[in-house]
Amino acid sequence: MTQTTMPPVDKTSPVSAPHGKISDRARSERRLGWLLAGPAFVVMLAVTAYPILQAVYESLFSYRLTDPDNRSFTGLTNYWVILTDSLWWQSIWVTVLITVVTVAVELVLGFALAMVMAKALSSIRPVVRAAILIPYAVITVVSAFAWQFAFDINTGFVNSWFAWLPGISADTDWFGDWGTSLLVICLAEIWKTTPFISLLLLAGLAQVPEVLQEAAQVDGATWWQRLWRVTIPNMKAAIMVALLFRSLDAFRVFDSIFIMTAGANGTESVSFLAYRQTIARLEIGLGSAVSVLLFIVVVMIAMAFIKGFKVDLSSARGE
Amino acid sequence: MSTRKKVLWWIGGAVIVLYALFPIAWIISISLKAPSDIANGQFAPTKVSWQNYRDILTGSASDLFLPALRNSFGICLIATAISCLLAMFAAYAIARLDFRGKRLILSTALGVAIFPVISIVTPLFNVWRQIGLYDTWPGLILPYLSLTLPISIWTMSAFFREIPWEMEQAAQVDGATTWQAFRKVIVPLAAPGVFTTAIIAFFIAWNDFVYGIVLTSTEAARPVPAALGLFSGASQFEDPTGAIAAAAVIVTIPVVVLVLLFQRRIVAGLTNGAVKG
Repeated sequence: MTQTTMPPVDKTSPVSAPHGKISDRARSERRLGWLLAGPAFVVMLAVTAYPILQAVYESLFSYRLTDPDNRSFTGLTNYWVILTDSLWWQSIWVTVLITVVTVAVELVLGFALAMVMAKALSSIRPVVRAAILIPYAVITVVSAFAWQFAFDINTGFVNSWFAWLPGISADTDWFGDWGTSLLVICLAEIWKTTPFISLLLLAGLAQVPEVLQEAAQVDGATWWQRLWRVTIPNMKAAIMVALLFRSLDAFRVFDSIFIMTAGANGTESVSFLAYRQTIARLEIGLGSAVSVLLFIVVVMIAMAFIKGFKVDLSSARGE
Repeated sequence: MSTRKKVLWWIGGAVIVLYALFPIAWIISISLKAPSDIANGQFAPTKVSWQNYRDILTGSASDLFLPALRNSFGICLIATAISCLLAMFAAYAIARLDFRGKRLILSTALGVAIFPVISIVTPLFNVWRQIGLYDTWPGLILPYLSLTLPISIWTMSAFFREIPWEMEQAAQVDGATTWQAFRKVIVPLAAPGVFTTAIIAFFIAWNDFVYGIVLTSTEAARPVPAALGLFSGASQFEDPTGAIAAAAVIVTIPVVVLVLLFQRRIVAGLTNGAVKG
């Protein structure tokens, strides 16, 4: 498969000092740079690196807030307890399932939306673009409530609207069962976050050189062939960045689960498990260990994307 | 373009608008249902009732909702202001200066942006209680910076890169003082980027649920999403569905209006920061 991509355009950058020895100018520029960017950098570290280190430290203790006198150093016991518990693996499975399902659906749906936004008649385009932003602007908790109320056995309309479908009747309890609960959770997540992914993909679509499309068309390529041979290869970077962001975001799923099921029927995600250990059960040691494990998993996913799929993050940083 | 194709585009557009608006229409519809109507199994109320809005604004649930609204506005605005200020300096340095460590700062912002919030909040819960930040405004503003600062740095540096900085020198050559050149040339060029960044950062803070629910316990600091999440638990009124829906509408509509007003900029801001060829 041949793919042609345009070379990256050079940005105007400040004149840099010649390599080798650092000139006075470069040194003062560097000092000014750190003076300006330093505070933001320090704050970012303070609000993330410090808590995670604190979590690592606390995860090594058996410590329950209701029993503070019995705090004792137990080494890696908490990690052992978690990793041998089926609750942890159940929550990992639920989280992975939600991540894979939502991200896959969102990618396809978001791509279709991006295509419509890119190609639609100029009279429709602004309307579509404005509409797309609405789910993005809605608070996740509100979206979760809207979907929950819609499917709820008492307040919902879904059961009466879709009663003609086999398996759905007036007393179908969507939140009484593992599979159907997860289905509604996924629907809410997909509705809320597809716009974001479609905007990223739209920006990627705009980078596909029109000349290539025309050349392919002249050569007799069908719409489908152009999609797979020209459009998608040319926006691979945008697709990968969108996938990376959404996967990591989906992996943190918490709000919708809290609102819709509160983890009932085995719908607990990893984030929810950490929350329940720390806040509901006040098991600071165990909760911290779950948090650290979640952090490690997220880092592993990010590494897998960056190394495995060669996601070029410099394109994500706007360089 | 043929008429048939045009019709197809219009149908496609209508489907997308319906997709985006349907859940909003639904939550508005519940908020207008009278208590007897909530469980009617229908989309629309049989008769429009403002009872739910009265409940949360003046009635039984107002002491849960109104303080939360005040907290959310205050905390999110302060967090947005702080992160925009810090990001402005950082983005200026990243866009204009050439210094070692630039990549490190941008990578850190990226790392913080993908950080699982729950991993930050569990240790904070314990530490905040010990140092007295639990259930206070600063106790939420500080962690909110982890949400708003990375995206602010990114979005703003993407905007600042587009600014033709040479115009500053040009103005100075034409006789403007440094301050005049900055105020009359650079500020108007940079302001839209800063403003858009502020809107996006505010959204992200406004949307937070995890920090809000873990780090607060009373109406002293509890923001709206957390208060909504706990409405169902509070047995202050019989069926919270209508009240939740009304509160949800009140916190959603202003944001949606904001988005519609500034949609062009927001789209540019969201995509500029993330994907750049």
